[in-house]
This record gives sequence, structure tokens and C-alpha cells, in this order.
Amino acid sequence: MKKSFKDRLQAWDSGQFELGDALVRETDGRRPPEKEEDVSWAHVPVGRVSQVERRLFRVLYPVLAGLLALVMIAFLLFVVEQLPAFGDALSPANSSEVIKRYIASGLTETGAVNIVAGIILDYRAFDTLGESHVLFTAAIVVFILLLAETELPDKPSDRRILMDDLIFKKTAFFLSPFILLFGTYVILNGHLGPGGGFSGGALIGAGLILVSMAFGPRVSGRIVALKSYRRIVLVSLLFYSLAKGYSFFCGANGLHTIFRPGTPGRIFSAGLILPLNIAVGLVVACTMFGFYSLFTRESV
Amino acid sequence: MLTALWNNRIEVVAVILFAVGFSTLLLHRNLLKKVIGLNIMDTAAYLFLTSLGYIRDRLSPIITDGATDPEAYVNPLPAGLVLTGIVVSVSVTAVMLGLTLRLYKRYHTLNLDEIYRMTHEEQEAER
Repeated sequence: MKKSFKDRLQAWDSGQFELGDALVRETDGRRPPEKEEDVSWAHVPVGRVSQVERRLFRVLYPVLAGLLALVMIAFLLFVVEQLPAFGDALSPANSSEVIKRYIASGLTETGAVNIVAGIILDYRAFDTLGESHVLFTAAIVVFILLLAETELPDKPSDRRILMDDLIFKKTAFFLSPFILLFGTYVILNGHLGPGGGFSGGALIGAGLILVSMAFGPRVSGRIVALKSYRRIVLVSLLFYSLAKGYSFFCGANGLHTIFRPGTPGRIFSAGLILPLNIAVGLVVACTMFGFYSLFTRESV
Repeated sequence: MLTALWNNRIEVVAVILFAVGFSTLLLHRNLLKKVIGLNIMDTAAYLFLTSLGYIRDRLSPIITDGATDPEAYVNPLPAGLVLTGIVVSVSVTAVMLGLTLRLYKRYHTLNLDEIYRMTHEEQEAER
């Protein structure tokens, strides 16, 4: 059955057809036959409803949804109009004394040239710790959702997206080392310039995904052994909690700490920020790659 | 009114993006597109936050030449807040996609109405 582009677009829009179909060949044949269905911009009511109600719902739903969006735009624009002008140095958000303090004494107190890194990994480090735990919790939930099912696919290799394409493979071969290297650079320079654990970890995770897509999980498993995923994340989070708990305890009680700000601008400076950046980067990279592996049903 | 809106045009774009994401969430039946709509709404919130922290004619908050004058740099706080927001939205997206995958494996469709219909029929059959 050859269908036109418009038909396929409409089928995709109503959820009967995915773009992934072109990549993953669905072999089990359990998919229900495609039904002729009119594509509309509305949900259909479920249960016993009369034809009139159904038609009314079809008309009213998109109209009311559009109206709701328009009312929201109008309300929010009214608020935006009252805001201080864009780029205003005297607006309440930009002239609070906390921000002045962060900029004026951040360099001497944290040793980080990048003030944002000083804020998120020193002044507000517990916030970032909670953030890493949110990511970890999400990874656990995805683990539970995708691994706890009873019907495992017979042949996992059928479901994996392996791009068997020469150009893609060669490009990935030349590009992936540089992506991994750049990710490491961004993590290690988080306290000296733009970057940090989250962005660098995302870069490394993306590089690993590229390797896995091009050469299969066996090659990417050689770079990072996926079985050690849980161990890496656990050790990183534990190190983060212990180190930051120690430094907060000492800082709050005025005790002597072994972590000094050091000379700003050196790579081994800024006290705890560099190790914490590495820990966060490991968590993020492992979680990104773990998500990819789980969603494509490779071995974890 | 219009000049005030023009002065805050980045925030206006953020508001419009938010509404685009919201209507995507409401009007599409494909579960994946609902996830995309929610992500557009997240992006709008980040754009709004970062635009609030911008100060004209100032440097990004990375200390250059040892100058620690607060008048020299933009507001560094929204950048930290947006970083937190991005991580949370990635986590939420992953959980949503995991749930979507489970639904797809059970009902073999991404159409939310079809899924509703099938669950309704299952409940009717149980009764």
C-alpha cells in the first residue's frame, strides 16, 4: 500500500506511525491494522456518548484550547509589560546585594574564576547535590519502568538502532574522540571558564551515544563498562555528599579545612570545585548514556 | 504599551513560546508530541529567566583581568537557576519517555485517545 506524503504525515500526527519505523523494523506483527480515521485537532471523548455530543466536543475542544492559550498569552503579556526594561541594571532582580557579594568576593572566597561555577558548586552546592540526586532518581525510575517488564524481546539485536551506514560510521570514527576530549576539557575547566560538570557530562554522554550508534554496544562498552554504571554513579554521589558535608560543617563552624581556594586561574585551584565538577560530570555522562542504552534495549 | 513590550521583546518571545508549547500539549494526540510540547514550555521558562538576568553593556560573569567590580558583570544567579532547571527537565523528559514506551509496548499505539479507549474497554470487560 503506497501512501502519499500527506497521508503518512497525518498518520504520524495521529500517532499510528512513527519516524523510527524507518530505522527499526518491527518484526512481531502484533500491531493492529491501520484504521481509517479522520485527523482532527482534538481528543475524542471516551465511553458512551451520543453522536451530537461527540461532534460538539470535536468542535469545542480545539476552540476552547486555543482560547485558553490566547488568554494565557494576554495575561502574561500584561505582566511582561509591567516588568523592568530588558537589560536594566537597576531592576530589583539585578541589584540585590547577594549578587554584588557573589561577584565582589567570589574570587577570593571560592577561588573560581567562573562566578557561576563558584555559585553552583560552592555557595549553593547542596542545591546542585539535590539536582544530581534528581537525575539519579530519574535514572532509577527509568530502570524500574523498562527493566521490570516480563516480556523481554527475544532478540535484542533486532530492536537496536544500529545505523549501518558507511558515511555515518566514518564520521563517527573521526569525530567521537574529539567529542570525548572536548567533554573532558569542559569538565576540567569548569572553574576557569564557561563549562562545568553538567555541560561536559552531557558532551561525553553524547559522544558515547554516537560511538554506540555507529559501532554497536560492544565497542562503546570497551570505553565505559556499562556494568559499572551503578558503581560510578554511587561513588560520585557519595563523594559529593561527604566532601560537601565536610566543607559545609567546617565552614559554618569556622574550622580549618583542607580545601583552600588556591591561586585563581590555576587548574588545581578553587578547592572542591574541580573534584565536584568531575563527580557531577561522571554522573551526568553515565546517566545520559544509561538512558540511551535503556531506551534502545541494549545490555546495561 | 507597545514600547514597553518592544523593550521587553525577549520576554514576549518567551511568553509566546510558552503558549506554543502549551497548545502543543493540549492539541496533539501523539504522546511523543505532548512530551515535545512540555519541553518547549521548559525552554520558554529558561529564556525568560536568563533574559531577566541580562544587563546591557556588561561582561559575562567570568572574571577577566582580576576585576571584581560588581558593576562589570551581568547577573550570574539566573544562569545557575537555569542550569538546575535544565537538569530537572531532562529527568522529567526521561521519565515521561519511559512511561510512553511502557504504554506503547502494552497498547501498540502512541495515540492517547486509542489508549483511553482500550483502557475503558478493559474496565468495561472487567465489570
